[in-house]
Amino acid sequence: MSTPALLLDRVTCAFASRERQGDRYTAVKDTTLAVGSGEFVSVVGPTGCGKSTLLNVAAGLLQPSSGDVRVLGQPLLGINRHSGYMFQAESLMPWRNALDNVIAGLQFAGVERGESKSRAQQWLGRVGLSGFEERYPHELSGGMRKRVALAQMLILDPEIMLMDEPFSALDIQTRQLMENELLDLWSADRKSVLFITHDLEEAIALSDRVIVLSAGPATRPIGEFAIDLPRPRDVNEIRLTPRFVELHTQIWHAMKDEVLKGYARSRKN
Amino acid sequence: MQEAGRTSADDSPVPGAATSTRRPGQRASRGRIAFYHVLLLGGLFLFWYVMTEPGLIPPFYFDDPTRAKFFFGQPIEVVKRIWTWFAGGSIYLHLGVTLIETLLAFAIGTALGLVLGLWLALSPTASSLADPYIKAMNAMPRVILAPIFAVWFGLGITSKVVFGVTLVFFIVFFNVYQGVKEVSPVVLANARMLGATGRQLLRYVYLPSATSWVFSSLHTSVGLAFVGAVVGEYLGSAKGVGYLIHQAEGVFDIDTVFAGILVLTMCALILDFIVTRIEGRLLVWRPRAAETERL
Repeated sequence: MSTPALLLDRVTCAFASRERQGDRYTAVKDTTLAVGSGEFVSVVGPTGCGKSTLLNVAAGLLQPSSGDVRVLGQPLLGINRHSGYMFQAESLMPWRNALDNVIAGLQFAGVERGESKSRAQQWLGRVGLSGFEERYPHELSGGMRKRVALAQMLILDPEIMLMDEPFSALDIQTRQLMENELLDLWSADRKSVLFITHDLEEAIALSDRVIVLSAGPATRPIGEFAIDLPRPRDVNEIRLTPRFVELHTQIWHAMKDEVLKGYARSRKN
Repeated sequence: MQEAGRTSADDSPVPGAATSTRRPGQRASRGRIAFYHVLLLGGLFLFWYVMTEPGLIPPFYFDDPTRAKFFFGQPIEVVKRIWTWFAGGSIYLHLGVTLIETLLAFAIGTALGLVLGLWLALSPTASSLADPYIKAMNAMPRVILAPIFAVWFGLGITSKVVFGVTLVFFIVFFNVYQGVKEVSPVVLANARMLGATGRQLLRYVYLPSATSWVFSSLHTSVGLAFVGAVVGEYLGSAKGVGYLIHQAEGVFDIDTVFAGILVLTMCALILDFIVTRIEGRLLVWRPRAAETERL
């Protein structure tokens, strides 16, 4: 196998407890995870299992307590410059309009204003937001803001896309639209994607491979499933195919115990 | 000093978001309100006139019918005084001095507050070191410093500007500090992922966030700069509207005192109006309550 685009090698993340000194909370334990070049990998797991922690490690926003991160074969130091990150929460700068938000990355890189502007306009068009350049984030709907965030990330042409439940705040229809759009954009120039979600259907519909995490604390992968559904896919239609249902049952079976564990733990607290 | 409703808007789309369009019904009621405003003002002046004009109504509190006039002035005299000031041009020098002091105090105080607020908010060590002193200085009744500044910096403009700065600085400082602390960690992480260096974070994330808080305190800080100038003049100076008021008070010329107060009030209103306009232009990105159109 060639060098993976992204490799987390025996990564452990432990946080010092804020309440009790000396106490430690291990969010992620001994996790090894690889994303091949051009591969779409989803990570599913019960809520609060440390999925976001894993992604932050991959992005270089968080240093693992132990273990290595390799990006395109190179060890990761500081921020992961080869990757774009799409956040779960609102990440747009509220004081910038849509166009200026999309431009931000180019501006930081010192690209000339006129050029970056025309490129940003192109990208806004590609995510279906032509004519919304002057709108501020608060004047856009949730789905539109996600599209701006998508354009903001893609304009920098990252080799790796890290996505942290990007569509979880959207209603189901908007969400399926966005998933299809994401697949379209992705199939145009196959980037490597690490997609975090708690929604198993979303994971199967989008991915080449689904990794199932155990319930936290000390989360680790407990299963890996290749998704052999044909592409191009339509996330609406693919859900109805027998193979999808089969995969869903199979993965859900592996997940169920962990979900119940996570649920029981959250009830106890 | 915090402003309510700063949280990001909910997920509901705001189609059009044309918040500046006024409803026709609203405009009509606005005209009526303005009419009542004028009516109320006229009523107040009439009341003032009736109560102070000697011999107009039988005396009921003061034995001497001219006593009310002595204590409260007379509206006609006050208006006349203002008229002579503006027509004769003698007020412009004083008003100019007061306004220059206000603007300088505002500009310097804002700049200092911005720089120090950013610095302390971004440097935990400096912040924890300076914290008790900042708190103490803010808690101190700073008006008491005015005479000291007069001794240190003389009776000219400087002492008033310095005094105004001490008033403005803290407003801006605390707002900037808050503004930096309130930057969403997600927005920050996103900017870092988009490749922002430390410097760019400061310029494109922290500064816009902080300035938005400064703008939201603009009314207060401009107002306090004005207060600083006038109080400074009142306590010792040779020019300015505060000085005029002080002089008149020394010879019990109540009409002139009231005239000065009215001129100051009008100035403050004009400043406030300008600030509102500037604020509206600079804070277009702020979510406002959506207004529906009445059909």
